[in-house]
Amino acid sequence: MTASPQLAVEAAGLVRHFTSGKKTTKAVDGVDLSIPTGSVYGLLGPNGAGKTTVVRMLATLLRPDAGTAKVLGHDVVAEADAVRAAVGLTGQYASVDEDLTGTENLLMLARLYGFRGPAARRRVDDLLAAFGLTDAGGRQVKTYSGGMRRRIDLAASLVLSPRVLFLDEPTTGLDPRSRNQVWDIVRVLVEDGATVLLTTQYLEEADQLADRIGVIDHGRLIAEGTSSELKHSVGQGAVALRLADASRRAEAAGIVHRVLGTEPTLPTDPYALTARVPDDGTHHVAHVLPALGEAGIEVPEFSLGQPSLDEVFLTLTGRPLPEDDQGSDEPAMEQEMSR
Amino acid sequence: MTATELSTTTLREAVALEERPARPSAVSTSLTFGWRALLKIKHVPEQLFDVLVSPVIFTLMFTYLFGGALAGSTDAYIQFLLPGILVQTIIIVTVYTGYTLNTDITKGVFDRFRSLPIWRPAPIVGALLGDQVRYTIASIMCIGLGLLIGFRPAGGVLGVVAGVALLLVFAFALSWIFTILGLLLRTPNAVMGVSMMVLMPLTFASNIFVDPSTMPSGLQAFVDVNPVSHLVTAIRGLMAGVPVTGDIVTVLVSAVVMTAIFAPITMYLYRNRR
Repeated sequence: MTASPQLAVEAAGLVRHFTSGKKTTKAVDGVDLSIPTGSVYGLLGPNGAGKTTVVRMLATLLRPDAGTAKVLGHDVVAEADAVRAAVGLTGQYASVDEDLTGTENLLMLARLYGFRGPAARRRVDDLLAAFGLTDAGGRQVKTYSGGMRRRIDLAASLVLSPRVLFLDEPTTGLDPRSRNQVWDIVRVLVEDGATVLLTTQYLEEADQLADRIGVIDHGRLIAEGTSSELKHSVGQGAVALRLADASRRAEAAGIVHRVLGTEPTLPTDPYALTARVPDDGTHHVAHVLPALGEAGIEVPEFSLGQPSLDEVFLTLTGRPLPEDDQGSDEPAMEQEMSR
Repeated sequence: MTATELSTTTLREAVALEERPARPSAVSTSLTFGWRALLKIKHVPEQLFDVLVSPVIFTLMFTYLFGGALAGSTDAYIQFLLPGILVQTIIIVTVYTGYTLNTDITKGVFDRFRSLPIWRPAPIVGALLGDQVRYTIASIMCIGLGLLIGFRPAGGVLGVVAGVALLLVFAFALSWIFTILGLLLRTPNAVMGVSMMVLMPLTFASNIFVDPSTMPSGLQAFVDVNPVSHLVTAIRGLMAGVPVTGDIVTVLVSAVVMTAIFAPITMYLYRNRR
């Protein structure tokens, strides 16, 4: 027992294989983690990268094939019960019962955690109020909207105010409003001293919430650091241009290359052009438009965005995201340059 | 959609929980899961009616179509058939145990339970307890129908209650087979399909519908060892007021054996499910 109360989650060499038929997949292939108490760690990666498998091992739902993991100093295999008492889990793999009402779901969990009679009822009412679900409490969960559904899932994992919370893709499929609500909830939890491990496919989400980010691919952590460290490795962002005249794209690419110093990429759309913006401070993205203007190239659309997970991936692995990943190619260009 | 603005203050208060209750006992945890099973009957009553349709049809069809030919009169046949139909009905209802468990797994509810600091078998034990209520309701409806069309058990209320009680014991033991299927198979419908394949021979190759003495000897041998036949004979005896000790003991022993074999397998699969 290495007494290290500073670390809420500590994993070394976690491995987990899955066998289906003759095929064995290394879902998690040697992951090390150390997450300080009171911090938010974002595990970023595409579908099938192993994020959920890591979380399920840490939440004692899955035994590691090799390696060790401790949550608040408790081994996830040998002291699974102590781990379960300390963690909350939300995700596609830890859900509430759709046939029951919101109140019934929370009441059941409150009783399972040891609240009795009126105390259980009080706890449920507090949670419903806190998550804006008081009015919906009497309805079956299957009638809930996506955002409400995610809030009841979160409420369900907070019945006992866990000190460590695992959120597996907490905002996937949510509209921006509901997503912001989930983010606000996470921030409150962290203020209260909880440690959060969240998995996400969205760089922006990790950026917004996480103190440290680990990028996972094929079951391995391929990069780790703070958001700004990670972004440094891929550049500050990217510009996307849309030209009025497709025949002048090559010329425009030459100009962009000269101004930014990075090789532009030419998407299949013949009018489109994108380029990474280096962060060495010598090349200014603001010079791109005037330079193109001088050459008489019309640019009806121009946007600047954070590097997408795609670009992080491309830079870190030298290959694009696997084709079969849906959702992972969230619009990289979110902030229109209207300022 | 009303704009639900979350209040950070309420949220903060809800999160900052000062008292932590003591861990509940195994019994209270199992009862909570039993309560959940009852809520499911309340919210999804169809699950009960679905399984009652076929016994109703069987009872009416066999009684009025074949009853006279098989037993001389429909009235005489219903006395013979009803305990058997009751057994068949409840045995088919037990499949829902596996079906429900598998639905929980596919929906992710199951992992929520497994992530809780509770007595591990509680979700399954609780579900089985809740199922007892389901079996009881199904039994009452089945016997009610029988009484309407002329079932007059000589054993009286006591005999009927004893018969149902024996049936519940057997159903509890049998359910463990379906919890195994529920944990092993991929989809709820697969559980349904495979379970029915197991149950069809068990219920039809038995003495539920007819006296097996006219069956070919090979089939008769199977019918004789089929625990369902012993269960039917035992319940017929109890309800008719002439208990057959041998069959009652056989049923109880097979219930103990089934539980002793299948419950540990279920728990092993439950703990090590990936």
